This record gives sequence, C-alpha cells and structure tokens, in this order.
Amino acid sequence: MTIRVQQDAFDLGAEVAGFATDRKDAGALVTFTGIVRDLTDTDLTVMEIEHYPGMTEKALGAIADQAAKRWSLADVLVIHRYGRMSPGDRIMMVATAAKHRKDAFEAAEFLMDYLKSRAPFWKKEITSDGSEWVNSKAEDEAALTRW
Amino acid sequence: MIDVMYFAWVRERIGLPKETIETRAETVADLVEELKSREERYAMAFADVSALRVAVDQELSDFDAPLSGVREIAFFPPMTGG
Repeated sequence: MTIRVQQDAFDLGAEVAGFATDRKDAGALVTFTGIVRDLTDTDLTVMEIEHYPGMTEKALGAIADQAAKRWSLADVLVIHRYGRMSPGDRIMMVATAAKHRKDAFEAAEFLMDYLKSRAPFWKKEITSDGSEWVNSKAEDEAALTRW
Repeated sequence: MIDVMYFAWVRERIGLPKETIETRAETVADLVEELKSREERYAMAFADVSALRVAVDQELSDFDAPLSGVREIAFFPPMTGG
C-alpha cells in the first residue's frame, strides 16, 4: 500500500505501469484520476488545494486500511496533490489491484467517496473575479451511507 | 498548552494558521466559547459551528470531546478532497 501527498505533478502512465507489478495473482487493475475542471462562470485560472500535513497522510492511510479489510486487494495506491494547479492538471489518483475486477472497482469507488469528505483537503477556486472556497456537497456526504 | 490550528476560510477569518494557547477549557465546545469571547474575528469564524469540523490530535472528532491530554486541535470547514 502506498500513500503519497505531494505538491509536484505525477506521471500517471509511469505510476500505473509500475503499480502492483510484483503481484502476479492480481488480474484486475482499476485507476481513477481526478482532474482540475473549470465550471465557474468566469475563467478559472488557478485551483489551490490546502491540506493538513500529518493528518492528511494518517487519514488517507486509515481509509486505505479500511478498503483493504473490506475487499480482497493485492495493492492500493493513493496520490493526492496540494498547492496551486491549473484546469486540466491532475489533482489525484487512486489505483487498486485485485484478483477479480469487482473488488478492484468497488474498493476504488469506496476510496474516492471517503477521501472526498474524510481526508483534510480544501479546494479554493481563483478566477479573474476573485477567489472562493469550494463548498462541500450534501451528495458527497450522502455517498458514504452506501458503504 | 495546546496547539490550535485553523484551515481554509477559518484560517483566513482568524488571520493565522496556528497558535499555542493556555486554556482551562474542558471540552472542544468550551474552547470555542473561550476563543469567541476573545475577539470579533474569532466570533465571526465560530459563529456557526455546524458549518465546522474539528480534529483532535489529528483525528476527526466532535465538539463535545474532552481536552484532557490533548496536544493539537484543528478547526476547519467540511473537507473537499478528491
């Protein structure tokens, strides 16, 4: 299991190619990548992500541990960036490897649902008009009830 | 002594990321009341605690959590990761 919280961009292709290669029993590999999107009325110029160093790594590790208990997983990778990013930049990724695809898909969805509202990251959108903190969505909180 | 940390708009409203304070507050809620009575900027930041989350020693917690033995408290809005 690998958890990385970093400012720098990551190479999606290299991360996926190098993931779980030592687990020959893993027949399924699922990845999810989050990308900065521009849904503001004015031009989004920068997305700034703040986090809580120390707690962030612990929270992500705890979420990955829960996933590993619940599904039969060969490996888990979570990379989440912080700092300033532009539309189109990759913010984060999760990868799960499992013997069968059902475990890999479900665990990846679980990881995403939890890290959206249980890992201490906060997004701020900076546009030509000013800046605004992104509000959490009720549906993100509601998504946790299905697990 | 307890380290109190603020993130996102809570940090901006209070105007600092971290401070170390001496308190006799017994719970997180007591500490919030103490901070609110200090200055207007704290009162503004903590006006609606239902809009806030708290972490006690880097674990998500509740406002009625006791402060005995706690080293670090953090206040922040609901998280928006992913």
